[in-house]
Amino acid sequence: MKKTVILGALTVAGLTATAAAAATLDDVKARGKLNCGVTTGLVGFAAPDANGEWDGFDVGVCRAVAAAVLGDASAVEFVPTTGKTRFTALASGEIDMLARNTTWTFSRDVDLKFEFVGINYYDGQGFMVPKELGVSSAKELDGATVCIQTGTTTELNLADFFRANNISYEPVPIETNAEAQPLYLEGACDVYTTDASGLAATRAAFEDPSAHVVLPEIISKEPLGPLVRHGDHEWGDIVRWTLNALIAAEELGVTAANIGEMSGGTDNPEINRLLGSEGNLGEMLGLDADWAMKAISAGGNYAELFEANIGESTAIGLSRGLNAQWTDGGLLYSPPFR
Amino acid sequence: MSTLSDPPVESFRPSQLINDTRYRSYTFQVIALICLVGLFGYLLSNLFQNLADAGLNISYEFLAEPAGYDINQRLIEYQSQSTHLRASIVGVLNTLLVAVVGCVLATIIGVVVGVLRLSKNWLISKVMSIYVEIFRNVPVLIWILIVMAVFVAVLPQPRDFRGENAEASMFLDLFAFTGRGFNLPMPYFTAEWASGGTGWLVVIALIVAAIFGTRMIGTRATAQQEATGVRPKTWQFTLGIWVVPMLIAFVVMGLAWEIPELKGFNFKGGIFARNSFIALTLALSIYTAAFIAENVRAGILAISKGQTEAAASLGLRPRRIMNLVILPQALRVIIPPLISQYLNLTKNSSLAIAVGYMDLTGTLGGITLNQTGRAIECVLLLMLFYLTISLAISGIMNVYNNSVKLKER
Ligand SMILES: N[C@@H](CCC(=O)N[C@@H](CS)C(=O)NCC(=O)O)C(=O)O
Repeated sequence: MKKTVILGALTVAGLTATAAAAATLDDVKARGKLNCGVTTGLVGFAAPDANGEWDGFDVGVCRAVAAAVLGDASAVEFVPTTGKTRFTALASGEIDMLARNTTWTFSRDVDLKFEFVGINYYDGQGFMVPKELGVSSAKELDGATVCIQTGTTTELNLADFFRANNISYEPVPIETNAEAQPLYLEGACDVYTTDASGLAATRAAFEDPSAHVVLPEIISKEPLGPLVRHGDHEWGDIVRWTLNALIAAEELGVTAANIGEMSGGTDNPEINRLLGSEGNLGEMLGLDADWAMKAISAGGNYAELFEANIGESTAIGLSRGLNAQWTDGGLLYSPPFR
Repeated sequence: MSTLSDPPVESFRPSQLINDTRYRSYTFQVIALICLVGLFGYLLSNLFQNLADAGLNISYEFLAEPAGYDINQRLIEYQSQSTHLRASIVGVLNTLLVAVVGCVLATIIGVVVGVLRLSKNWLISKVMSIYVEIFRNVPVLIWILIVMAVFVAVLPQPRDFRGENAEASMFLDLFAFTGRGFNLPMPYFTAEWASGGTGWLVVIALIVAAIFGTRMIGTRATAQQEATGVRPKTWQFTLGIWVVPMLIAFVVMGLAWEIPELKGFNFKGGIFARNSFIALTLALSIYTAAFIAENVRAGILAISKGQTEAAASLGLRPRRIMNLVILPQALRVIIPPLISQYLNLTKNSSLAIAVGYMDLTGTLGGITLNQTGRAIECVLLLMLFYLTISLAISGIMNVYNNSVKLKER
């Protein structure tokens, strides 16, 4: 963790003055690999499986981009980052994009000079407590010891929430989710707070998930999405429209199963434009005509990624909620492909 | 006509800069210096160029902005609306607290272990060697993590103290040792005039007075010893000077103890030493103590055996030989490496974040850096702080070293 900060600072101090806006696309193609920043391990979002293969919802976005750009969903170098190291890693060019449950905020976008390309999960901050404490609302947490990940929006929201409600707490700062789990389970903290999706994923990994409750209060808006460095708009467009392709695919009924058949041409011109049998969208991005087809084939459309990794049929069991298509009353809304 | 020719005038030829050994070393030093300055200049201009290209500029204005985050251990008033500067000061104080407590503990443990390692008792000396070897040869970060993990896993948590037949109970009903830290009874004064800081000022004044008193008794006794040859017994006076005024003051000021109590989620009241603070301080001091022990042992071994024998032949007992003859001389050998151990401990305290202790690296170099994105500014400030503190420690220790080192007359 220290290393990245120092490396980051060094790169900024720059032995070689590289223009910040250099073409990331060319770098990725020349390297033959996409460097994608993910969590250090949050099952469902990004974690290595039993074979050491990275798997998860955020990982799915990385793989889709790699498939779109390089034609190979496995051409990804996953770089685990903590809440603290992720931005230095991205700013210094160690990673080409970051897909790590990262909240889109004004200051990260404007002051830290990143470009959030969209939102792949609409979330909010919640609290988890052991059932035996008998707490039913976050307002009853006066005097509690709270585990929080540093370098996150979580710690700022928490300070605001407790101050606004005039209750006291004892923060225990930690670096990663993996460090928080034993502290919370052994009782060194009464409460664990982070994004509600992260709580669900963390709880699912417990031996006895039913012994813990997530409190009803959601104290913040946490729009989570992938981001890239400010300045390289061509690269930003590629990541943005790859994400949109996954979302639009669900809306248009394109799935990993029927995509082969559909890519031959359908009577829906938008599907044809998306999958490259009509128009030249791929060319405009500087990619192959079938870029979106490859991205969607990598892990399926948005719904398939969701269901396979964090959906109701998985141990994490998140319902679509805000993350349903706008046509189903959710917030997912891809701009048109034309 | 004089046959005496003038001594040849040394005319300076540029080739001498290379060929003449008198000038050559200067030539190379100047060239090296120019290169060095050039290199730094290049790096710096590059830094500013890149920062400007990236649209960043060096600015410390963020220090005046509200920090927005909370810190658990605060030695001064602080809340999330305080500025980043104040958060940094909280961090500085936390760093200094660990450094001071750590150095004191490390010195005590180190001296004891170092002396015991030379013990004639086989078992004791071997146990001490094992201690030194184990602690010196495992990285301090690992020790910090181990101590913290053991702390959290072994000690009961507040929840274990709850309920009718709780698993854990308070020690003597006064101390609560939990995985979150130690809650200890806190003395305070009930008399109105003494309840603020005044009571403690009185206590400090009494201690200073007692030190002076002890000194005076000592000089008196020495004078009498020189006059009569017999040193009078003084311990009862010394004890009196220390104890009697203090007891009277305590009664007058109404000394009372605040006992920690389980309230809600945590123990409240009394003095609270957080687990991260204890784990960090303990790990740093036992680790550094292993090095100090070696310095102490080396210092003692450096005093020739003849000194011990000479002292013994004067009839001094072993303990007095150690205190009067060996240690004062050994100190001269021990202090210089001790300085660097103190510096190491202070710098190693920046590993605090591993256990979530909010030292300066955790506040300014951690959360502030991260939330504001001002990496270069924060890192520069951090370097400045550690540099200042290290120079201050070596400055103070050098003054002390000069006062005990061999005076050549
Ligand atoms: N959304 C917040 C918090 C992100 C965060 O740290 N999430 C946690 C739990 S949801 C996580 O991803 N931890 C994985 C890890 O420790 O690497 C932010 O962007 O600041």
